[in-house]
Amino acid sequence: MSLNKELKHEFDAAPWRGKTKRYDIVKEGTIALAIVAILALSLSLLMGSPDETPLTFKGWAVSNSDNFYATTVQELAGTSGTATYGAPYNKASDGLNAGPLWPQKWMGVTHPIDSVNDFVISPLSTQVMSTEIASAVATWKTASAQQKQDWATAYDDAITKAEGKISAVPAGAYGPVPALAQGLTDMAKGGALDAALLSQGGFFQTDNTKQILFFGDGSYLDDAGTAANLQGGTWGMMNETGRYPGQAWLWLYSFWYQIPPFNNEESKPIGANADLYIMLIMGVMSAGLVFIPFIPGVKSLPMRIPIHRGIWRQYYEENGIKRRRK
Amino acid sequence: MSEMWTSKLRTKWQKNLPIEKLLPDDQPAYVASWIYVFGVLTLSALAMIIASGIVLAFQGPAWYHTSDTGKFMNSMHFWSVQLFFVFMVIHLWGKFWMAAWRGNRFRTWATGAVAFISSIATAFTGYLVQTNFDSQWISFEAKDGFNSMGVGAFFNVTNLGQMLLLHVAFLPLILGVLTIVHVLMVRKRGVVPPIDAVPTIASGGSR
Repeated sequence: MSLNKELKHEFDAAPWRGKTKRYDIVKEGTIALAIVAILALSLSLLMGSPDETPLTFKGWAVSNSDNFYATTVQELAGTSGTATYGAPYNKASDGLNAGPLWPQKWMGVTHPIDSVNDFVISPLSTQVMSTEIASAVATWKTASAQQKQDWATAYDDAITKAEGKISAVPAGAYGPVPALAQGLTDMAKGGALDAALLSQGGFFQTDNTKQILFFGDGSYLDDAGTAANLQGGTWGMMNETGRYPGQAWLWLYSFWYQIPPFNNEESKPIGANADLYIMLIMGVMSAGLVFIPFIPGVKSLPMRIPIHRGIWRQYYEENGIKRRRK
Repeated sequence: MSEMWTSKLRTKWQKNLPIEKLLPDDQPAYVASWIYVFGVLTLSALAMIIASGIVLAFQGPAWYHTSDTGKFMNSMHFWSVQLFFVFMVIHLWGKFWMAAWRGNRFRTWATGAVAFISSIATAFTGYLVQTNFDSQWISFEAKDGFNSMGVGAFFNVTNLGQMLLLHVAFLPLILGVLTIVHVLMVRKRGVVPPIDAVPTIASGGSR
């Protein structure tokens, strides 16, 4: 540090010995609190706050029965988003990576989810089942793993060929899968699935992971998100339902999802692993915010761009201090 | 006596932060801009958030769906958060353009910056515990980012109970402590002098 810089540093650090003025910190705080209270009160009375009713499995099964049914078959076939997700739910995939970094895989399965049993068989088993459904559950439980896979995969493929229209699926060797899917669809239509997925046969439960993941496997939640303009590709992370401001402070995080290669899942390696890369970028940028005082170029911006001349205009004018060129 | 931890702490506190610094009745004359108001406005909004949050906590996260009073308190909480971020971002930008870390004030800047990041985490968990469609959507979408980092192993955004406890206990505690430390640092170090201020003028002035 040069002598000049050292003196300036000492001056900036030392208690101010120049001109002062009276300052009532308690009065200032009280007035500020009153202003904010009035602002919050006014906005609350005039605008209220967002509260869109949550989606339910009943709503999904009633409004789009075929999609719910097809999603149930995917859970049984192991082709749904949850079934193929990887950690922390299962070992179906290695998850995302950034070069040699595989943090998702490294942390392992901490919230195990078996989409077949947790989403379909267990909820059905909590109900008083019809003879047909009870027989289908029993058949499924006693079949070999290979047999179950063959039935569910054949039916899943057939539904895909029929473009999701269940009534157009031709007859085939699907075993108990159609009965299981119909049983769960009927259960959802009756409103019993929401609670069964949450409780999993227990009493106290505050973890909605299974409900949320099952929701996300179908199109119901996704369609609702699109309709509410909440998709990530349209700055959805910082939006709120209705005409309310959302988490605008997440604009920088949302920003990365709007530009290539992050907005293209086909682009490898970054686009295909965009979630991880963006989290890493934001981690580095957050650290950068904290350590701005040490970042060359950034730390000197306030001296180079004279916004401070406006902030301390009165001081500069009173003391006749001209701007020093850096 | 002087070897006692308590007396050492008291001596250090009195040396660094005497009551005259903690509750000053004067300040440097250069503190004459509207930008200075946004720090205290941020604190005021935080006080409103805590007050409305305590009321909501007594009634539970689903209260505001069925009660007009609950809806009003939820609105107060919601708008206080919005105001808090507006004020804090302006405060942050203001301090950046003042290069407010000068003169051994890095820790003041750093505690403020970390408090800003903590606020984002606290607000995020608040959006997750709304128990409405928005919280369903946000938790499903947000899980991928956290899971990709491996953070999902211990920070499960789809677990309402976990998010609620973090939102009302752990994260406000972190934010509260950071805020208190930040304010004490400001009081200890004082408001940063103007860029280009010169010692001769500073020391030559009078009250």
